[in-house]
Amino acid sequence: MVTYALFGVLALVVLAPIAVALSASPNATGFVYGACLIVALILFLLALHILLEYPAASTVTLPLGLPWLGAHFRIDPLSAFFLTVINLGAAAASLFALGYGRHEEAPQRVLPFFPAYLAAMNLVVLADDAFSFLVSWEFMSLTSWALVIANHRVDENRRAAYIYLLMASFGTLALLFAFGLMAGADGHYAFDAIRAAHPAVGTAALVLILALVGAGSKAGLVPLHAWLPLAHPAAPSHVSALMSGVMTKVAVYGFIRIAFDLLGPPQWWWSLVVLALGGATAVMGVLYALMQRDLKRVLAYSTIENIGLIFASLGLALAFKAYGMELAAALALTAALLHVFNHSLFKSLLFFGAGSVLTATGTRDMEALGGLIHRMPQTAFVFLIGCTAISALPPLNGFVSEWLTFQAILLSPQLPSWGLKLMVPAVGALLALSAALAAACFVRAFGMTFLGRPRSPAASTAQETDTNSLAAMYALAAACLIAGILPGIFIDALAPVVQALTGGQMPVQTGVEWMSIVPIAESRSSYNGLLVFAFMAVTGMVTAFAIHRLASDKIRRGPAWGCGYPDASPLTQYSASSFAQPIRRVFGSLVFRAREIGEMPPPGSSAPARLTVQLRDLIWDTLYAPIGIAVGVIAERLNYLQFLTIRSYLTLVFAALVILLLVLAIWP
Amino acid sequence: MIRDFALQGLTLQGAQMLLVLLMAPLLTGFVRKVKARLLSRQGPPLLQPYRDLIRLLRKDVVLANNASWLFRVIPYLVFAATWVAASLVPTFRSGLLFSWTADLIAIIAVLGSARFFLALAGLDAGTSFGGIGSSREVMIASLAEPAMLMIVFAIALIAGSTQLSTMAAFMNSAEVGLRVSLGLALIALVIVAVAENARIPVDNPATHLELTMVHEAMVLEYSGRHLALIELAASLKLLLYVSLIACLFAPWGLENAGISPAVVAAAPLLIGAAAYVGKLAVLGFLLAVFETAIAKMRVFRVPEFLGAALMLALLATLLRFVSRSF
Repeated sequence: MVTYALFGVLALVVLAPIAVALSASPNATGFVYGACLIVALILFLLALHILLEYPAASTVTLPLGLPWLGAHFRIDPLSAFFLTVINLGAAAASLFALGYGRHEEAPQRVLPFFPAYLAAMNLVVLADDAFSFLVSWEFMSLTSWALVIANHRVDENRRAAYIYLLMASFGTLALLFAFGLMAGADGHYAFDAIRAAHPAVGTAALVLILALVGAGSKAGLVPLHAWLPLAHPAAPSHVSALMSGVMTKVAVYGFIRIAFDLLGPPQWWWSLVVLALGGATAVMGVLYALMQRDLKRVLAYSTIENIGLIFASLGLALAFKAYGMELAAALALTAALLHVFNHSLFKSLLFFGAGSVLTATGTRDMEALGGLIHRMPQTAFVFLIGCTAISALPPLNGFVSEWLTFQAILLSPQLPSWGLKLMVPAVGALLALSAALAAACFVRAFGMTFLGRPRSPAASTAQETDTNSLAAMYALAAACLIAGILPGIFIDALAPVVQALTGGQMPVQTGVEWMSIVPIAESRSSYNGLLVFAFMAVTGMVTAFAIHRLASDKIRRGPAWGCGYPDASPLTQYSASSFAQPIRRVFGSLVFRAREIGEMPPPGSSAPARLTVQLRDLIWDTLYAPIGIAVGVIAERLNYLQFLTIRSYLTLVFAALVILLLVLAIWP
Repeated sequence: MIRDFALQGLTLQGAQMLLVLLMAPLLTGFVRKVKARLLSRQGPPLLQPYRDLIRLLRKDVVLANNASWLFRVIPYLVFAATWVAASLVPTFRSGLLFSWTADLIAIIAVLGSARFFLALAGLDAGTSFGGIGSSREVMIASLAEPAMLMIVFAIALIAGSTQLSTMAAFMNSAEVGLRVSLGLALIALVIVAVAENARIPVDNPATHLELTMVHEAMVLEYSGRHLALIELAASLKLLLYVSLIACLFAPWGLENAGISPAVVAAAPLLIGAAAYVGKLAVLGFLLAVFETAIAKMRVFRVPEFLGAALMLALLATLLRFVSRSF
């Protein structure tokens, strides 16, 4: 089975040089994205087939890489699940790019890297030894970096790519150390050997921290998230969708692989760290998202929020697993994996929508958009579905995974440790807060972009996007609805993954009457998305029909009420900043040190009044900026080494040699 | 036999849907009447809300020039979501046919969907009033929803279920006793209910001075049948919260069928219905007294008020985590 998958990856790798050769031709965009679409679809179907039919792992060793190690590849249920997520996202992005890619200014800067990037993400999930894992991981980072800097003439993008490159190297370094510490007997780096060797408690703890730093920095865990909201929006929109919807999930895969599989039985306090990070990430991510004006940056910060939710569920699963509560661990892990899948659907959908808006209007600034629901009705419709899904509202899919997480939290009073007894309810409150704020965030994102009156000429003359882009968005929106109303099927498909990692399994859902989902027992909790959807649709339609038939169906148009001042300028509408003002005032003064300075002209003067809002990014200011300054200072100090005489250099080299020899002599 | 059960179940569920729909304007009218009497006014007749609804339904809709298709769909969505949520809360009998469709967390989330769309409607016409209403509504919701979820957690941890029928059955049993966490949850629930229904001191349902209101500013552009649906949805939401408080904290007289269908007898149903009407009257009266006795808050005092609810509910949940006896 794994060989078929590798053939698919090979096809993608081969596609990259072909794209280089073709890039001058006008048909290159269609060819490359079309080929990517086909390969990704085949890989998706293959992975789905493996996930549903073959719970046993299949392995292959290729004579690549280090001569004594070779390159090990393996598909087990966990990698099969992540392969479906990756390739579904990749297929949707390729379909979207068939239309969107035509507007690319420099296609030769995107086309070769796109298939290579897809291949790299697939390889990370397939890798079965530390060496191929790290190489694929770095390959993924570099190809995505190349895509981030595709539009390199914009200063902002170059800065984003630079910070991304630094953070990606830092993350890989952490993972390198993690794998180094985990090495099996005689320094074997195949995952089998690592799995067989159980590191000491202290080493295992260190590995967990390093894995959190390495995978967490790629996924966007606070405080390692700083690069993400810069890099994800800078890339072309279909790549943004892949980075946010899919690549962060590859990072989640890396963490799950290490913490649940390779590292052996967990300690209870690991979960404490993961839960705290997850809860903090969820709330911080969504608060940042609420303060942004750039539509794509809102989406990037919201990715951070969702990663927080996923990690919080993973933390719960670790806690349950540490105490041998297999059923509860299975429930929490199912919640996390289902959210991985759901988030990949709606985040890709939303980035596609943002990309369509960007092509139609040329701007991502919400203060210059508005009223697009009239100009782009179809994009507005699918974007609305994405917004509803990501705000965790029934009957769509975001709610299901959130609901499962809450059900898992309700099982946690049985955990014996006091630290967890205090931590879990606090994290539950943080998750509840982040869910409510996410709804506010997406009311704002949709309302400012698509509703109201256009705030700029570009927004008032926008055109609906092309058929391919719409097809990709409709497909994802339909998937969001299906996963929302029939979640039982998806929960059952996850059963082999969860079984392999926790030893437990949730009750089988497909046999439940009316296709409800029942995590533990029906008397405890159940949810039926299908019926909620059907009830809402039927009552809504019957009401509309009855009212139109029996009462009135007449409509008149008139100006909106403006206190008697006719035809106010569109600038008098609520803007993205003013919409966020109440929330900024409630939460921002604490989190962002937000300050509002109002300058009123003296009475009688007709000068405009000004309102200035100051926000500080405390994480940047207290963590990143000092490191940056320190590096600068040290570089300045060491700079004189560059201008020494040859004698001084020779002395330095000699001194270094002597010191190293001394160290070797003293070393026991 | 099974078909009989299913038929009875459907009838009872349908009866509950109609009951909440018909009672909701009456409750609103009752609260208005009591408030007026407390202020020594005559007040509108009890049935006035029904007349208002019928009159609104017959009138033409006047849409703002800029209003989109979404603006016209939202009243139906909001009404449908609120109605579905309200008919899933036990009123006269628990364990109805579809009671397992959504547990309490899902019911709260369905109400969240209604609010999400209503806030979007406020932004559609492109006026400042809609914007001010929507932005304040989501600010209030961002605190009220987590508080509500924490309340659900606290009660669910006591009852061992998030299923409303099971919770009500547990609350009606002798096991429940007096608990600190229940008391905290009740206070928090009352605060959240007041905020969610835009009542004084958070918002004023009677004012039409645009700048002081939240909910009314958001729906300012609605007219005719759309406005009728939104008013009816607001009444339904009030009824939902009153029923919720009644079924969790005053479950007496609620006929308990558990989760499985049982033989329907007339006497307990009548007792349940009479008890329900009685509870609505008492809670509606208390609401009117509370509203008359208190002044409206400044908007930026509301977060403190709701933050208190969130903290109380979190404390209740924490107590349950710490010890089973609280």
